[in-house]
Amino acid sequence: MTTSAASYTASELLAVMSARLLRDGQVVFAGVGIPLLAATLAQRLHAPGVTILFEGGVIGAFIKPGQLPPSTNEQRCTRRANMVLGSTEVLLLLQRGYVDVGFMGGAQIDQFGNLNSSFIGNPEHPATRLPGSGGGNDIASLTQMIVAMKHEKRRFVNRVDFVTSPGFLSGGSSRREAGLIAGGMYRVVTDLGILGFERRSKRMQLQALHPGVDADQAQANTSFELLIAADLTVTDPPTDKELAVLRHLDPDRLYTA
Amino acid sequence: MTPDYAELRRRTQERDRSLREKVMSLEEAAALVPDGASVGVGGSTLSRTPMAMIWALIRANRKDLLCARSITSSEGELLLASGASRHLLTSWFSLGIVWGVSRIMRLYTEAGRARFEEWSHLAVGLRFRAGAMGVPFLPMRSMLGSDVIAQLPDVRQIECPFTGEKLVLVPALNPEFALIHVQRCDAYGNAQIDGLPFMDLDLAIAANGVILTTERIVSNDQIRRAPDQTKIPFIAVEAVVEVPFGAAPHECYGLYEPLFAHLDAYAAQIRGDPEEGIRAYLERYFYAPKSWTEYLHLLGLEELLDAHRRGTSIYDD
Repeated sequence: MTTSAASYTASELLAVMSARLLRDGQVVFAGVGIPLLAATLAQRLHAPGVTILFEGGVIGAFIKPGQLPPSTNEQRCTRRANMVLGSTEVLLLLQRGYVDVGFMGGAQIDQFGNLNSSFIGNPEHPATRLPGSGGGNDIASLTQMIVAMKHEKRRFVNRVDFVTSPGFLSGGSSRREAGLIAGGMYRVVTDLGILGFERRSKRMQLQALHPGVDADQAQANTSFELLIAADLTVTDPPTDKELAVLRHLDPDRLYTA
Repeated sequence: MTPDYAELRRRTQERDRSLREKVMSLEEAAALVPDGASVGVGGSTLSRTPMAMIWALIRANRKDLLCARSITSSEGELLLASGASRHLLTSWFSLGIVWGVSRIMRLYTEAGRARFEEWSHLAVGLRFRAGAMGVPFLPMRSMLGSDVIAQLPDVRQIECPFTGEKLVLVPALNPEFALIHVQRCDAYGNAQIDGLPFMDLDLAIAANGVILTTERIVSNDQIRRAPDQTKIPFIAVEAVVEVPFGAAPHECYGLYEPLFAHLDAYAAQIRGDPEEGIRAYLERYFYAPKSWTEYLHLLGLEELLDAHRRGTSIYDD
């Protein structure tokens, strides 16, 4: 059963589409906002065995519906968890290799999947100082990444103003050459479609479009030339069940307005 | 904040590390911290923030503190706006994602009035850990290739002498004081922490002295009945201050959640005119009250009770 495009918000679409990318049994390091919500949604639908880690120091949380935490560092994050531990300890699990997927939002991304959450404009005299890395740099450096963000031209830029969290740096083998031998960008989920990275060049590549969106629309909302996968697909729209569970989790629309 | 090793040891050895009582008032504890001191701030974001100690430092007109914290929230805004600090070392700084990007952080950092020194979250943690270990640095595998590292003068990249891999070395962070808020401790400073410990164990040992604020002072006998629950040993502690709701309007695990309505109102007040908004907030909640109890009165019984009900609900099934 499906619903019409008008019946869900862009944020709800992001949450549903990114939740679908998670597989049962995976260990997922989730940031606050859409990632936390999407990982929780996956737990309650197709992937009950997803283990959620938070940088506040939590392993295996089950967030209570209607009680979403304001960040990944409050007691709401520990609900029904298997373990709480130091934030350094949980971040070191990324470095040790225990995590399958890092999952976060983004303010600005470029064609090689580098993320900026630090400065808009010249870092010496920024137009906007953003909140910074948090665990973003560590997660992006040390595991495979799924990023969920709105698809806008000002967010999808040719080159980020500042690499806070590394994607494939300048493409090709540059990430590995910089010493980042694990992880890398896996998928970018937007309100227009799902993007991956071309195997050799590591340039962003459109892999699927959401219902009612065409490739021209995705390109028009991107500041660099999008590669398009030969087997470009169309996603299934959010189901009533997905939306119902999502709205049960976030009844106040804290993260899905 | 990365002192000479011999000096670091000397300062620790000089301290009276005997099992002695060190209970004092907020004002007496604030007087221990001089202008310009480096201070590690415990907790993270809206959790176990040593708000009462920060409140006391701001009221004592403390200036130019270098404040280091894992993740910085409204206490960082208040430290900047009061002039208590012009240099925050942290991995993330805003009130919280649901309130958007901090207008105070932007106001102070974009114009160069204050410095927001950004490290990755793990880097902050390993800097405290190196400090706690008494070694000058620790290696790590993140921050490589990013611009975060390019902004930081105090990091090195090396090739591992064993494997040849590229690694980042982050220097030890040994703040002069650690400000840490806990659920309970005894009069000697044996501190028990419920819930998320964040980086507080490393921070406590790395610092030259911990100023503990606690929801409740308990007997040493009670501590000795469950020593496995003690996370910070008395030998690291220089001051103990009993301050109920000492993290409010932030949370203290198992006791109270954040005072969301207060934080919403605070955020709205700053959104209009950041400079005037936070000045008025500081005046009303920080400078005007005669005591911490009077501050809690201003926060309001209704909100405190609601936060307490939500906080204790973590133990419900």
